[in-house]
Amino acid sequence: MKNIRTRITIRTRATIMDSLFALQSGLSASMDEFLLRALIGSCILAVMLGPLGAFVVWRHMAYFGDTIAHSALLGVALSLLTAGALPMTLAMFFVAITVAFILSRYTRDTRFHADTLLGILAHGTLALGVVLVALNKDVQVDVNAYLFGDVLAITWDDVGVLGALAVLVLGTLNLQWRRLLMATIDPAIAQVEGIPVARQQLILTLLLAAVIAVAIKLTGVLLITALLIMPAAAARYLAKTPVQMAAFASVVGMVSVSLGLYGSLRLDAPTGPMMVVAAACVFVLCALLTRRTA
Amino acid sequence: MCKFYGAREVLHEVSFAIRPREIVTIVGPNGAGKTTLLKCLLGLDSADYGEVLRAPALRIGYVPQQFKPQPSMPLSVESFLKLYGVASAELIAKLSVGHLLPQQLSSLSGGELRRVLLLRALLNAPNLLVLDEPTAGVDVGGQGELYRLLKKLSEELDFAVLMVSHDLYVVMASTERVICLNHHVCCEGTPQHVGGDASFRAMFGDELANQVALYHHHHTHTHGLGDEEYPHAHHHPHEGHHHG
Repeated sequence: MKNIRTRITIRTRATIMDSLFALQSGLSASMDEFLLRALIGSCILAVMLGPLGAFVVWRHMAYFGDTIAHSALLGVALSLLTAGALPMTLAMFFVAITVAFILSRYTRDTRFHADTLLGILAHGTLALGVVLVALNKDVQVDVNAYLFGDVLAITWDDVGVLGALAVLVLGTLNLQWRRLLMATIDPAIAQVEGIPVARQQLILTLLLAAVIAVAIKLTGVLLITALLIMPAAAARYLAKTPVQMAAFASVVGMVSVSLGLYGSLRLDAPTGPMMVVAAACVFVLCALLTRRTA
Repeated sequence: MCKFYGAREVLHEVSFAIRPREIVTIVGPNGAGKTTLLKCLLGLDSADYGEVLRAPALRIGYVPQQFKPQPSMPLSVESFLKLYGVASAELIAKLSVGHLLPQQLSSLSGGELRRVLLLRALLNAPNLLVLDEPTAGVDVGGQGELYRLLKKLSEELDFAVLMVSHDLYVVMASTERVICLNHHVCCEGTPQHVGGDASFRAMFGDELANQVALYHHHHTHTHGLGDEEYPHAHHHPHEGHHHG
């Protein structure tokens, strides 16, 4: 933690002070470009995490998402081992898919509950990733950047990738919405009604793996699940329909990442964790507010 | 059809037909393969030998045994039903779920949920309604009511009913044909016929004699796995006996 904090601080102290001044005096036009990039990138991420997070909550996939995210560090290590021949995002995506496949294969008929296997894979791949990154003496890498992410380091290219992925994710969810809902509400009924339930599960897993692979750069492997489930859970308090819950989750997510970014500038704190803190605060707020009215 | 789980033969040469507008109940002890048979019929599982022949234009309405609405998903009864089809005012009235429509699915009581699920299964105008243990957790009065409702709906809306059940008393009183399953079809016929069958009495005798509504399984009827012969099941005077 200390590490990443110092790093960000050194790189951005001057600009942070400028931006802080700009924000406080309401002159958003003078906001630095890298802040704008971070804000746009994380908002795009929050928008697609919203509906995806709703499905993660509905289908009890929180730990599943966490496991895929943890395994992404192994992807980082593999990419570094090939000296970048295997692009990092692609490596993370493939590792995530492989882990998801192993899970779907072995959770059905073993003597363990799914959570045991998830724990083994999540921490096994995470630890292996850390070890492999550390063993790789050629490149000095700060593992913290991958564990907690570095929103402020994203490029316009990253924002473009996020945007393209958002179109893909939201488009797919929109097209498959009814089928996904039916498969989520009751797989057996959906199957009898002619819905290809296994394919719906595959679609969600692929989307989840892709989003996680791209999002690691922003939020890190340890915190991405938080941004999936916290806004969706907060939205549960406000929504009356599944569509509302998905949409509110996107809005709550955008508010959270924006607050987090602002908070990290104000307090000079690491941005990714700050966003998660903001999301947690919004969740608690939603829970308290709806409790009073209910 | 035959169905194996590993080396264990769960269904052995099971064969029967369901005719239009017929009410058929499958009874049998726990672990007799009732749910497996239903899964094969519904296409949720596949038989290892044999096949399920479906009439062209067969539409199945399915009411599962276990249905737990996700409290994490905000979903009203109305939007739940809308996912599967259009509920006519007539259907809503018949099942008296009108007042439930704006309520959240996860807030319904067991009985209310059962009616909503029944309505859902009827949305695409099925000609076969399949129910897995529809009376699980329902008291005796409610069971009789449910069976009367099914019979009435089946006549009015013109569909056959296939259900799996544990509770013999009500089943015997309101079903047209009973199939007694214990990995194979032990016996099959009208409730009166089946009630007089030796193998059936061996399985269910005590409960029937005592007119106990809820069946508790006393498995007097065991056979070794992979047995070629099912000795108790070979002396049936009545119709519909399917044995190799």
